[in-house]
Amino acid sequence: MTKARVIPVLLLKGKGLVKTVKFKNPVYIGDPVNAIRIFNDKGADELMLLDITATCDGREPNFRMIEEIAGECFMPLGYGGGVRTVEQMGRILRSGVEKVCINSAALAGLDLVRQGARQFGSQAIVVSIDAKKKLFGGYEVYGRSGTKGTGKDPVSHARAAVAAGAGEILINAIDRDGLGNGYDLNLVRSVAEAVDVPVIACGGAGTIQHMQQAVTDGHASAVAAGSMFVFHGKHRAVLISYLSAEETASISIVSA
Amino acid sequence: MITIIDYGMGNSGSIKNMLRKLGVASQITSDPKVIEEAGKLILPGVGAFDAGMANLRERGLAAVLDQRVKADRVPILGICLGMQLMTRRSEEGGLPGLGWIDAEARRFSVPPDSRLKVPHMGWTQVSACKESKLVTPADEKLRYYFVHSYFVDCADKVDVLLTASHGYEFAAGFECGNIMGVQFHPEKSHKFGMKLLQNFALRY
Repeated sequence: MTKARVIPVLLLKGKGLVKTVKFKNPVYIGDPVNAIRIFNDKGADELMLLDITATCDGREPNFRMIEEIAGECFMPLGYGGGVRTVEQMGRILRSGVEKVCINSAALAGLDLVRQGARQFGSQAIVVSIDAKKKLFGGYEVYGRSGTKGTGKDPVSHARAAVAAGAGEILINAIDRDGLGNGYDLNLVRSVAEAVDVPVIACGGAGTIQHMQQAVTDGHASAVAAGSMFVFHGKHRAVLISYLSAEETASISIVSA
Repeated sequence: MITIIDYGMGNSGSIKNMLRKLGVASQITSDPKVIEEAGKLILPGVGAFDAGMANLRERGLAAVLDQRVKADRVPILGICLGMQLMTRRSEEGGLPGLGWIDAEARRFSVPPDSRLKVPHMGWTQVSACKESKLVTPADEKLRYYFVHSYFVDCADKVDVLLTASHGYEFAAGFECGNIMGVQFHPEKSHKFGMKLLQNFALRY
């Protein structure tokens, strides 16, 4: 039995953290370094920090802020947002980040994934896929923070990304983001069954049961959540929380 | 003062960050002269075995480390690839390792129907199998963050300090005199890792 990783996803917009619903209407949550300190104390398994406006604003990652955050983060940290070159990847990894997450830059071609994996190892390269349900069945991959359809199918995109060297896939259901009514288990499972690297389920987590389902029914190796860890109660008051060690241990990958 | 060896293989920055948080002075260096003076060493590392060995040799670090570790018996902690480099060889590469410990690094082979993946990535419980200043008995079960495809197989089981399981049991840590290695990343295992690094800093 292996414990599935439970990963808070923190969305960076400018200098603050926000949370979205269906990738829209970002609500301010607070200061990122403060949030990281709280997750250190609570003993989170791992964190994922995504700058949701870097690509759309056409700017580089905020290296200074990443370095500041990494300096305070005593658990594995992934960063995504605006990463377009191997040099940027190297700079981010050297600042104390374990994994670089590539989304929009992997949609035009997989050279960046290939070069990054060759230089830094597959364990450092996560390909993040944002998918939305199509009107008449199936799913489509969206780029640029969920604003641009690509015509790609998430399963074949995930397969190609892994073949190019991605060490992990983060699969995010845009329609479920921020709703707390459960992961898109079909989407998660279709990707998890198609690749032999760990798949992180994202989008829709509201309860521990949802997380257990993503692992047992969705075959995910890890589960990510935003709202569940930053909001509290039906009025969505901002309160950073995490699961207890017993609760995270209950989300485990049982060998067949 | 802890000297962290920089040989171009991954994340010495996060080890320094955690030591800073613990109030322990540290320096990152690739200068053999600095290593000659060091009182305590950490050999970190993420990446491929041969690349790691080649870097250590090209930078003139393997010889000085040999001297400090084998002759001067300076306490050294290898982390992840750093631990594997301390062995005689690895199935991952063709170059000989540092050979400080009678062990080899082997690739995980998990049953195909087990849903276990390689690399072994995530938090795994670890048990201590001998007494050591490096691990202090805790109320909570020890757990650490791992990312690796190869594990160290010690020829002499007496060297094994910590075990964990991924499909089968493997050595998550060894200790043989002044030479210690851990397969996981203490620098990314918050309170559990902090305790281990603090023990290494203060009790050796």
